[in-house]
Amino acid sequence: MSVILSIIYLIAAVTFIVGLKKLGHPDSAKSGNLIAAIGMGLAILGTIFIHDLQVPTIIYVLIGIAILLGTVIGWLIAIKVEMTKMPELVSLFNGFGGASATLIGIVEFGNSDIKTTSATIVATILSAIVIGAITFSGSLVAWGKLNGSVKSVIKIPSHNIINNIVIIVIIALSTYLVVLNIDSSILLYTILFAGLLYGVLFVLPIGGADMPVVISLLNSLTGIAAAITGVLYDNMVMLVGGILVGSAGIILTVAMCRAMNRTLFSVIFGSFTASAGPEGTNKALGSIKSTTASDSAIMMNYASNVIIVPGYGLAVAQAQHVIHELEELLTNKGVNVKYAIHPVAGRMPGHMNVLLAESNVDYGLLVEMDDINPQFSNADVVLVVGANDVVNPAAHNDPLSPIYGMPILDVENAKHIVVNKRSMKAGYAGIENELFYNAKTAMLFGDAKKVITDLVAEIKNM
Amino acid sequence: MKELIEFINNNLQIVYIIILAIFVGIEVIKSIPAVLHTPLMSGANALSGVVIVGAILVMLHSDSTDYLALGLGFTAVVLGVLNVVGGFAVTNRMLKMFKKKK
Repeated sequence: MSVILSIIYLIAAVTFIVGLKKLGHPDSAKSGNLIAAIGMGLAILGTIFIHDLQVPTIIYVLIGIAILLGTVIGWLIAIKVEMTKMPELVSLFNGFGGASATLIGIVEFGNSDIKTTSATIVATILSAIVIGAITFSGSLVAWGKLNGSVKSVIKIPSHNIINNIVIIVIIALSTYLVVLNIDSSILLYTILFAGLLYGVLFVLPIGGADMPVVISLLNSLTGIAAAITGVLYDNMVMLVGGILVGSAGIILTVAMCRAMNRTLFSVIFGSFTASAGPEGTNKALGSIKSTTASDSAIMMNYASNVIIVPGYGLAVAQAQHVIHELEELLTNKGVNVKYAIHPVAGRMPGHMNVLLAESNVDYGLLVEMDDINPQFSNADVVLVVGANDVVNPAAHNDPLSPIYGMPILDVENAKHIVVNKRSMKAGYAGIENELFYNAKTAMLFGDAKKVITDLVAEIKNM
Repeated sequence: MKELIEFINNNLQIVYIIILAIFVGIEVIKSIPAVLHTPLMSGANALSGVVIVGAILVMLHSDSTDYLALGLGFTAVVLGVLNVVGGFAVTNRMLKMFKKKK
């Protein structure tokens, strides 16, 4: 390898580290992203042009077309997609990275004479294929679950046992292939298929608020797959980049778990199960009181402290701009308005912050869970917009609930609670919420954007 | 087992790099405000697209008549670029919203 290319790779690896570091601070995040992107561009160009291989022109043309194709499609998807669709998009892109690693592994398996290749190399190729396959199929399932095309909670009977059997099969077949140096495509494709199957089985039963954790974990796995491919080519930039993403991803995953008071183990093995409460038990929770926009508007207009709890429903209805209008209107009338941001509000940690930032909501008004929880008892009105599981008191007082132990926003301490929801449908975790039956709660049914627009109109008229 | 030890011995440099990179990754990500979790995940996702380098190497090493390897390599490059470009573009779009307001 030429010295120039090595230096380019070195620079790229440094930009990755600096970029990641800068991404961790609000002020420098944008430049961090740019720096890492430039480093990546350098590494790609260097790889294409700096080598001493005799490469026919046609291959350069093909590489050019492939890069152009990927750039145009990727760019278009990235700028066209709505902000609410962000989490599933990250998952989709991540799946593509995994697929890429798998394809590389398959080609290398075909290229090398397995009978004479060292067992370590064969094992490396196989692990790239398997890990890539798991991230690919797993990310696609996560993508499908988040955009609703895959039903959110699918229960597979004793899925842990089935998953473990699949993983044992993968390991056993791989070991067999590696130790005996068997050059068998059938065996290879069986391993590949088992990897794909494992990805599906692994993600399918995981549901509810655990989804972001899974995406983060799969993201980390893609990094590891990239690093393994790097070992194969003795390529430093792939190795460093991959390992960085791998370890940073794991830390991020653990941080997310901690935000939900769950362990990584319980996310993977003790997946959320929808409580099978029959329809009849709902009645036992009490009756629901519904209210009108004008009543709620009066209540908020004369309140001194209002806390808004935004959830995924707000994002889906694209109500982030009008909620900002409401907040400004109330603030101008002398009402103290804040937003309570649950760590997993929306579909990903920080998702709600991104959305509200889009509509120019002041940073300082977004208060994180631990800081806002003591303030709920001083709040006159809490407006819950399209949030459900993150305000479900069952997390505190129902040990049988699947979300028991998850930290929630203590909205029930407020004097009045107004909940905007489209219908009485259960939340993402698929469980009943007793908050809606609370005597202090009034339900304001309807599409979030429409309801809040009505609220704004009512308050303007006062 | 003997081969594994031999591999480690021959690639001691790689083993060092892996271990150090793991710690760098951990340190760099420590104490990140929750606000930035989503953009950070997205940025890390773009970085994992570095696998594109391997896909390009596959194509460069392929014989121009080996259509299977070329086809797979081509697909791998397209997917890798999607991961890289899409990842960075989405991250940039997210971060654009964090305007400084004082």
